[in-house]
Order: sequence, then C-alpha cells, then structure tokens
Amino acid sequence: MSRLIRMDHTGHTTLAEWTAADQAAFESAVEHFRCELEDGCIAVHDLGGGKAEQLRELPRDAGLVIMRRPIAGG
Amino acid sequence: MPEALAGDGPDALALPELGQVPWRTRTDERYLRRYARIWTFWTLLYAIPFPAAALGLVLLEPLAFPVALACLAHGWIIPELYAYRGASVLRPKGPRNEHSEPVAQGLLGDLLDHDPRELQRRTGLALQDGRLGTWLVGESGALLLTAGGRRVHCFCVRLAEAGDRRLPPSDRIAHLLLALRTDEEGFATVANHAFCGAPWRIRRRLPPQMRPALDAARGRH
Repeated sequence: MSRLIRMDHTGHTTLAEWTAADQAAFESAVEHFRCELEDGCIAVHDLGGGKAEQLRELPRDAGLVIMRRPIAGG
Repeated sequence: MPEALAGDGPDALALPELGQVPWRTRTDERYLRRYARIWTFWTLLYAIPFPAAALGLVLLEPLAFPVALACLAHGWIIPELYAYRGASVLRPKGPRNEHSEPVAQGLLGDLLDHDPRELQRRTGLALQDGRLGTWLVGESGALLLTAGGRRVHCFCVRLAEAGDRRLPPSDRIAHLLLALRTDEEGFATVANHAFCGAPWRIRRRLPPQMRPALDAARGRH
C-alpha cells in the first residue's frame, strides 16, 4: 500500500492511498499529487540511508510520498 | 546511527528553492572553509581593538580606568552577541501545537534511525550525517559541524508557512530534514549563514536540554 501525505497543521493528512493493482485509486492519487504541486508543495520520497529525492511524477510503487512546503533563508 | 547523506551527487536533483537565490554561490566544502577563515578574521578585527584601546587608555591616563572597563565590556559583549545569534537558530520558535505534535513526532520518528530518534525526542534536534559534516536540524535552523568537530556553522532557515496553517514543531524539523536529504549543498545555500565559530561558544548559549545533541554531533568526528 502506497501513501501520499501532506505535512500540515494537523501533523499530517493522508491524501491518498493506493496499490499498484488499483488503477482508480492510483489515478485519484495522481490527481491529488498534481493539485498539491500546483499549490506550491514539493513532493519528496525518502529513500532511507540519508537520501531523499524530489518527485515530479507520482510513481505507482512509491511507498510513502511526502508533500512539503518550500523552505527559505530565515 | 544515521547514515551519511547521499542525495547531493552530480546526478541528484537540485533543491527547487535554489531558484529563489540565483545569485548565491553553491555552498560546498571549499566555500565553507573560506567562509570560516573570513569569519575568524572579522571576529579578530572587531574583538581585538577594544582590549587594545582599554590597555592604551590606562597606560596613557590611569584615571581613564572606567572608560577602559567600558571598552573591555564592548570587546566581550560583541562576540557574545554573535554567538547568541548563532545559537538562536536552534531555539524553539512559534506555536507548539500540542494537539498535532504527537502525530508530527510519529512521522519524524519514522524518518530517523533509532539513536537519532531517541536523541531528537530528548533534545528536539535531529542528527544527520552529511558529506559536509554532521548536521543538527531544529525547527527553524540547523547547525553544521565541520573540521573534525572544531567548527560550527549556524544556518537560519524557515518554512514558507501560510496564515494560520502553522505546523507543529516536529513537522518543521521534518521539512528541513527532507530538504537537507534531497540536496545538502543546496540546503546550505538556501539557508542564511548566521554564525561560524568554535562549538563551545554555541554550546553554552543553547538551552540545556539541547546540549547533549551538540555533544553527540561532536562525538561523531
């Protein structure tokens, strides 16, 4: 089961869950993913081992995808 | 124990926030060494004249002793203020959001290995090894220990938060940690450099519960 979450004021919100076999759930997740990107969020996939990658497309077998807000110098 | 950052190789995607600061040179090891040398030079430049003036005044006119004391105070206070500014990048800021913090803490815990997770729960700081050094990530800034743990760079970095959608503290740390893991040099470039100096100057100005995190980071060198 893959998950798309957004870090927000509630801690985090699960936007979508899908499996590789469930096409409808995946398409819904892609829709959420694109909405978040348009809203200015950045999609990150933590790969473990101190490595993360930015995503521009939602992989079908992503595991956990986290939407974060942009950072800036304080 | 945390594994070293690996997301800033030549093939990795650069941090998108770099577009906000196109004029900045990418912060790499060479840049940090040069920055540290310049910072040391400036520290000496603004710290030494005050004690020198105090000594000169007393030699010229012993009755000017009170003015000499004021000079010495200036020579002590100004470096202290700079170090305070550096330590401030790790101080907790903003609302605590107690209701949502446990959820955010759970997510942040999932991003950390066992030892850094325990350290973060005790100190509020996330430890992350990188190619540039060892990082300590807080809610609104990060410390980078370099040169075998003998030098610390303090970075001030914040989230683009909107309106009342204030994030709980652990989510703020998770944001910075994910950005750091995506592109370490990019993260250091986007963040504002607030201080550079010896870790002991920062340690005594940190809240006591955070000091073990700095000790742990120094212990990794």
